[in-house]
Amino acid sequence: MYIGDFKETYASDQAVFVNTTSRFWLGVLFVLLAVFPFVVGDYLLFMANLIGITIIGAVGLNILTGCAGQISLGHAAFIGVGGYTAAILSSRFNMPFLLCLPLSGCMSAAFGIIVGGPSLRLKGMYLCIATLSAQLILEFVFVHWESMTGGIRGINISPPQIFGVVLDNDFKFYFLTVTLVIICVTAARNLFRTRVGRAFIAIRDRDISAELMGISLLRYKTYAFAVSSFMAGLSGCLWVNFLKTVTPEHFPLLESVRYLAMIIVGGMGSILGSIFGAVFMTVVPEGIKSILGLLVSVFPNAMSFLFPLQQVIFGLLIVIFLVFEPHGLAEIWRRIKNYFHLWPFDH
Amino acid sequence: MDIFLQLISSGFLVGGIYALIALGFVLIYKATNIINFATGEFMMIGAYIFYSLMVYLELSPFVGFPLVIVCAALLGALVERLILRHMLGQPNISIIMVTIGLSSILLGLAEMIWGSSFRSFPPLFPRKPIILGEIVLRSNLFYGFVMAMVVVAVFLIVFKYAKVGVAMRATANDQVAAFSMGINVKTMFTISWAFGAIAASLGGIIIGNIGGVQPTLGHIGLKIFPIVILGGLDSIIGAVIGGFIVGIVENLAGGYLDPYFYGGVKDLAPFIVLLFILFIKPYGLFGTKEIERL
Repeated sequence: MYIGDFKETYASDQAVFVNTTSRFWLGVLFVLLAVFPFVVGDYLLFMANLIGITIIGAVGLNILTGCAGQISLGHAAFIGVGGYTAAILSSRFNMPFLLCLPLSGCMSAAFGIIVGGPSLRLKGMYLCIATLSAQLILEFVFVHWESMTGGIRGINISPPQIFGVVLDNDFKFYFLTVTLVIICVTAARNLFRTRVGRAFIAIRDRDISAELMGISLLRYKTYAFAVSSFMAGLSGCLWVNFLKTVTPEHFPLLESVRYLAMIIVGGMGSILGSIFGAVFMTVVPEGIKSILGLLVSVFPNAMSFLFPLQQVIFGLLIVIFLVFEPHGLAEIWRRIKNYFHLWPFDH
Repeated sequence: MDIFLQLISSGFLVGGIYALIALGFVLIYKATNIINFATGEFMMIGAYIFYSLMVYLELSPFVGFPLVIVCAALLGALVERLILRHMLGQPNISIIMVTIGLSSILLGLAEMIWGSSFRSFPPLFPRKPIILGEIVLRSNLFYGFVMAMVVVAVFLIVFKYAKVGVAMRATANDQVAAFSMGINVKTMFTISWAFGAIAASLGGIIIGNIGGVQPTLGHIGLKIFPIVILGGLDSIIGAVIGGFIVGIVENLAGGYLDPYFYGGVKDLAPFIVLLFILFIKPYGLFGTKEIERL
């Protein structure tokens, strides 16, 4: 049993795995993730891929908004930049997937730096609106630069190929998604053990104090935008390779809002929270859909309520979480874990 | 030249209507420091309520307008009391997200109640277009502009002279001082939300009368941001001026550039202008620079 919280070295204070128990459960999780695709059907595999891709995007946004405190309403557009880069590179230049992936990340990061560069001067509300403009402008470019992006028809691409294996179904793609999710989550988790990650948190908590302590605001805010957009780009690249098509309607403002909602519901500034949020926000709409699908036999026009009902529930979730559980699902998870720590000798 | 004058003048009229909607945003921001992303949805709900009163209950507009004002005030006050009151002292992003969530709820509810189809108002104003020299103005736009200006004027007068207006300004200026002078600051928050909702929903009725109502009417609410950034977030006169600028910029861009880009520039232009302004002046054109102390 694990009791108390005493640490004698900095190394143990910063350890990712506190003790053997957490290592054990992580191992169990990995085994489950490896077994998962062999036991479930196509639908769940499809959902798992979607969730994985969303997790990468959500982790990216959480680094920027949750950890570095810079609000972005343009995350979907950055994902879109990554997606379009991947689609253009693979359809026009026949580039292999393994080259497309980092390149689309870098392209998004470049856009992130361009948009985030002025963030040294813009704060809070003003930054929020600047990123909103960036979102709308990029959306416009996706639709109207037809020679490059294919306009509203978009671009179709062939399935990606890695080391000679063609990832043409959800089962094969699953392993790619899971690998990338694990890499991104590990990278993000470790980022906060470094100088850069701690600088982000200092900037979020009080930017003026951070500057007084010798943290260059311009440099670290730019880093935050770059890292966050890089992950957005990876997520976008995976997204188009998974769906094998890219159109502007995949990256609307509403999608940016959905990502923000994810990290709020999951828990801001928590990597685990991004994962919870991404899972939650992907599963709940599907749940609503299937419940309404059951109701169709009783109320024949139930399906016409699908979209508005999803909107209402989406809004309610945001409001309820912010009012009653501002630290999100990650906090609920922590409470549950703490409850079982000393169970059954809880006081 | 004709086209230029035509574009400028109709842009000016649209701008007046935008000014009213932006007023709905600034009233709330000034008093409570809350960035209301749901302003557009308040517009949409106001327009729908007015539509229902006119079409389903067949009331005259003179009964309809006061009823909409009452409903909007109730909606605004209710939202403040039930949701935003709990958010006092929370970080900026949480408050922004709450209003985004609220807009999503209102949008979904409106679509559940009224459906997603497009509806147009029964005619409110005489149909005959207004002709000034060589310029032809659509009658709905012209009378809508006149109405918006009247409402803005009423708000400005209330703000300047009425007791509640003075109290609201005092609250916006210094909450602690206002509180110690016997002003109930919390009530002022509620009243500001009610006023903001009234301004927005009247703007919604005018816009709905020009272009018809559908749930996506509220997307016009996004245009508030270029307007208020241009005018300064906490300046009421700034909102009015910003409204005019955005209306004109938008119409000029739409008239001259849309043919080259197959549409869409009209809605985008204000945001491009906005980005340029933010690059040069990070607090907008007339906004107060925030001085931060540790």
